[in-house]
Amino acid sequence: MADERGPDFLIHNEGDLVAVAVKEVGAGRRRAVYMDSDREIELEVLEEIPLGHKVALADLAEGADVIEYRTRVALARHPIQAGQHVHVHNVRSARWERSQ
Amino acid sequence: MNVLGYRRPNGRVGVRNHVVVIPVDDLSNAVCEAVARVVPGVLALPHHYGRLQYGEDLELTFQTLIGTGRNPNVAAAVVVGIEPTWTERVAEGIATSGKPVESFSIERHGDLETLAAAARAAQRLAQDASELHREPVSRQELTISIKCGESDTTTGLGSCPTVAQVVDRHVADGGTVIFGETSELTGGEHLIAERCADAEVRRRFQAMFDRYLAEIEASGANLLGSQPTQGNIRGGLSTIEEKAMGNIAKTGTVPVVDALEMAQAPTRPGLNFMDSSSAAAEFITLMGAAGAVLHLFPTGQGNIVGNPIVPVIKLTANPVTASTMAEHIDLDVSGLLTRRCTVREAGEQLLGLVDRVACGRLTCAEALGHREFVLTKLYRSA
Repeated sequence: MADERGPDFLIHNEGDLVAVAVKEVGAGRRRAVYMDSDREIELEVLEEIPLGHKVALADLAEGADVIEYRTRVALARHPIQAGQHVHVHNVRSARWERSQ
Repeated sequence: MNVLGYRRPNGRVGVRNHVVVIPVDDLSNAVCEAVARVVPGVLALPHHYGRLQYGEDLELTFQTLIGTGRNPNVAAAVVVGIEPTWTERVAEGIATSGKPVESFSIERHGDLETLAAAARAAQRLAQDASELHREPVSRQELTISIKCGESDTTTGLGSCPTVAQVVDRHVADGGTVIFGETSELTGGEHLIAERCADAEVRRRFQAMFDRYLAEIEASGANLLGSQPTQGNIRGGLSTIEEKAMGNIAKTGTVPVVDALEMAQAPTRPGLNFMDSSSAAAEFITLMGAAGAVLHLFPTGQGNIVGNPIVPVIKLTANPVTASTMAEHIDLDVSGLLTRRCTVREAGEQLLGLVDRVACGRLTCAEALGHREFVLTKLYRSA
């Protein structure tokens, strides 16, 4: 990367619907890089995202699949906007239905 | 690549030269720990079980104790049990590896007389072991186990892909690697099934996975906070599926050549799956019993586990963990998050560290005295 400080987010694969913060990130215009393609994008972050936590890259409807690693890793509990924090408060396991 | 290791009488290669004092049961811990105080050159392995166990649960305890004694990181063993029959069973199981084993039982002697006899044996074995020397061996002869702990999203982004580099390389060289954490494959189990070398391995893997999941389902419990753990969640992991994808990222790209029962020693070179709990100390204890001589442990939030006989190499890509828990981290790969280094470079660094630890460098967990030895208990005793 040209920028010495590196990106704000990493995204595992093209097509994923979440990006992972690699530092403490505040709201605003931020940089993300796809690890498989090295493609860099900008996104509008709506709220604070702690290191290691995820941000939505697209609007997700209630019950929508959350895709990361090109794989479904969760279901949206309720609608999530692009730029919002994605975590246990708004997504749940699709496999362990009791675990929420 | 050559490293310096210890070749045991059965030809297996270890990277440590421990003389261990193994209690067959909880009652014998006191004598074993006393032996290690009297003869500081030996290592006691106290644990909580070994009485009134039966069936599969008893067999697993025997196999874990025997496998631990047989591990190539062990030069010799002293076995102490409350009565002679089970004590002999464990001692004889270890002795088939060709290494020196002495056994003692407490009934009709008492702790103090047993202590005197066991300490004399331990002293002699420790002095004899001190004359065994490291010799050049090839790295591929080392059985390596892998498991991550207190994972967060940085493990899937950085430390697990780093381990994958070493896994692919070690297997390509003809080495053996063991992974497991059955329930922690949930959501990605199809990816492991697809990588099974043939239909028979795939069938056994799937049966182990389905059985473990059925046990968890049957509990009726809400596992959020247990699996994923509270630490996982704090670190940003939201579901078991997301955790599984990070976990699987460390297994590399090679085929899965076998599906092993708990504590079963691998016989096929390559990447072996073992049906196992994901709890760190239980897992590494099973790996040691299966013959792993080195363990690679990616962590996110900072699991600090060690093992008495298996050196545990920890790596993290989480910059907060790397700086706040530096004394537990053998390799900092947080440069992967800032894109200062490539995963290939991180893999080379880890491989270099594997060689140094194999040659005798103490890991953080060894230097800090982490010796978690935990038997996997399948059900309550009779």
